[in-house]
Amino acid sequence: MAETETSLVEAVRLALRRALAEDETVLVFGEDVARNGGVFRATEGLFAEFGERRVRDTPLSEALIAGMSVGVAAAGFRPVAEIQFMGFLYPAIDQLANHAGRLRNRTRGRLSCPMVLRAPYGGGVHAPEHHSESFEAMLAQIPGIRVVVPSSPARAYGLLLAAIRDPDPVVFLEPKRIYRALREPVVDDGAALPLDRAFVLREGDDATLVAWGAMVRDCLAAAAALAAEGLSCEVIDLASLSQLDEATLLASVEKTGRCVVVQEAPRHCGFAAEVAARIAERALLSLQAPVARVTGYDTVMPLPKLEHLQLPDAGRIAAAVRETMSYR
Amino acid sequence: MARQPGHSIVARFSIEAVRCIDAAGRAVGPLPGFAADKRELAALYRGMVLTRTFDQKAVALQRTGQLGTYASSLGQEAVAVGLASAMRPEDVLLPSFREHGAQLWRGVAAEELFRYWGGDERGSDFAAARADWPVSIPVASHVPHAVGVAWALQLGGAPRVAVCVLGDAATSKGDFYEALNLAGAWALPVVFLVCNNRWGISVPVERQTAAGTLAQKALAAGIEGIQVDGNDVVAVREVVAGALDKARRGGGATLVEALTYRLGDHTTADDASRYRDSAEVSARWHEEPVARLRAFLTAQGLWSKDEEEALLGECHAAIEAAAEAYRATPPAPPTAIFDSLFATLPAALEAQRREVARRGGD
Repeated sequence: MAETETSLVEAVRLALRRALAEDETVLVFGEDVARNGGVFRATEGLFAEFGERRVRDTPLSEALIAGMSVGVAAAGFRPVAEIQFMGFLYPAIDQLANHAGRLRNRTRGRLSCPMVLRAPYGGGVHAPEHHSESFEAMLAQIPGIRVVVPSSPARAYGLLLAAIRDPDPVVFLEPKRIYRALREPVVDDGAALPLDRAFVLREGDDATLVAWGAMVRDCLAAAAALAAEGLSCEVIDLASLSQLDEATLLASVEKTGRCVVVQEAPRHCGFAAEVAARIAERALLSLQAPVARVTGYDTVMPLPKLEHLQLPDAGRIAAAVRETMSYR
Repeated sequence: MARQPGHSIVARFSIEAVRCIDAAGRAVGPLPGFAADKRELAALYRGMVLTRTFDQKAVALQRTGQLGTYASSLGQEAVAVGLASAMRPEDVLLPSFREHGAQLWRGVAAEELFRYWGGDERGSDFAAARADWPVSIPVASHVPHAVGVAWALQLGGAPRVAVCVLGDAATSKGDFYEALNLAGAWALPVVFLVCNNRWGISVPVERQTAAGTLAQKALAAGIEGIQVDGNDVVAVREVVAGALDKARRGGGATLVEALTYRLGDHTTADDASRYRDSAEVSARWHEEPVARLRAFLTAQGLWSKDEEEALLGECHAAIEAAAEAYRATPPAPPTAIFDSLFATLPAALEAQRREVARRGGD
């Protein structure tokens, strides 16, 4: 099978196409996803190939998109719906929290909800107000759903296929900042990657960098820069925020003794806090320094002129690692 | 501001209101065909009596600490029984939380309903009516589910219909409008049954909306809206049957507003005397659906005292037996709080499940 240099958004499209082709019950719908191919072109060509029965434009109606996903999923289909930007996903939280995450449990398995809700998320693309949000921690606290965040084209392909094939609801957050920022070979072989699993992207002994989504790239850049200073950093892409792969996280921290957690969302009650808490609960005696967080500030996501202040970058991450290394 | 002269009329509307039998139990015109069969009418009457018996028992169980907070359907039996009697078994019911009569009609066991209202999730794992939805507590949040189900039924190709029941207060919510809009745009096989019992807990419908009817809220979505006397079970069945038939033939969605009255409190945790005049409630008792159909049947010579007594005894015995079965339900194991959360429990949750299992004897 040929490997093709593929961007993350193209990998999403490959996975959607593969899922539509292999399973007649898969439905793709959302705002502008059919004739227009999605505002980021993630669904481009799918309408032409599979028709309106399978790939359909909905009205502009986010609560509805989430709610009808619950309904059509429970009635035997596998909806893969798109929320155009994460900033418009708030109305869908009612459906995720009150229904998608509960339906199997409250009917003791009689009805279930194999749905995927995709949304581009995060900042760094100079987008208008409300188009750069990242509130993944709010979603990760909802029982009964999974929150999955790819950080590379290959992981986008494999994790989205896994999400679609999973019998339970998944929110799939796509870091739009890296939709086209990097290309790597992706084999369209239909092979899924495991959910609930973190990925060790770079091995190292001095400190562990933990991130997800677009921040993974900045962590890798920081690790490369720090290597030139003689510091060896391990980089972990959590990929699944729920369910969290605690074992991979703890094994790394037990090895390095130092950890920096990076997120672009505001700091207070962010997912980095959960990561830090797990380490404090389970690996405290392995630590040689306090767990550090590099995060957005506890303020509203700035408009593009100032958004660079809010978003962590490789420089801030490297500085945090050096600070961590100062504990002896 | 400059205005273009003239205007175009894009719609004029009137809302049809259907009634077959008036509050005194008299036919107001020719009745639907099914009403010529005494067995059909007797079945509707039995359904309503069974529902009222169930409600009475549920409230009694709650008052004696044997059931959780409960929402009685007292006075609204004709809506639930009328709509359910018009449905086919293969249709899908998405109820609100006051349609016990519809659930019972469709084969959900009284014992299962007691279990749910008694605080046990197993009560929503119906042995029959497997595709029907459990009650929906967050108001109107299930209306989008109904259009999702209707889409699935449309894709499936069989002439099946989703029936979504919601209250008057639900028609103030955005998800209601969003779902209605899609039902119109996609011509989905769905019936929205708005059970207008005139009270959203303490707020009367006149203070919820300036719209003269709730049925007219359908018109902006491009679907038909119709009113029916919700205390007239014959009319409810007839109107819902028409809406179902239209949906089966590909004619799309209908909103049916059933005009009824909540004779009881909102729930057992509510005291309606705080906000509602008892004279209003007393007046409404003269319109209630069970006595209305009984008056009709009696006047037509179709119902005897003996039949009445036999029916009351039968319903009482059935509900008592269900209550007994509910009380005898063995408790669920502690691990049940995890065992249906996912198809397969994620490894990340195994430790918490083990902890709960260990605490089992707490």
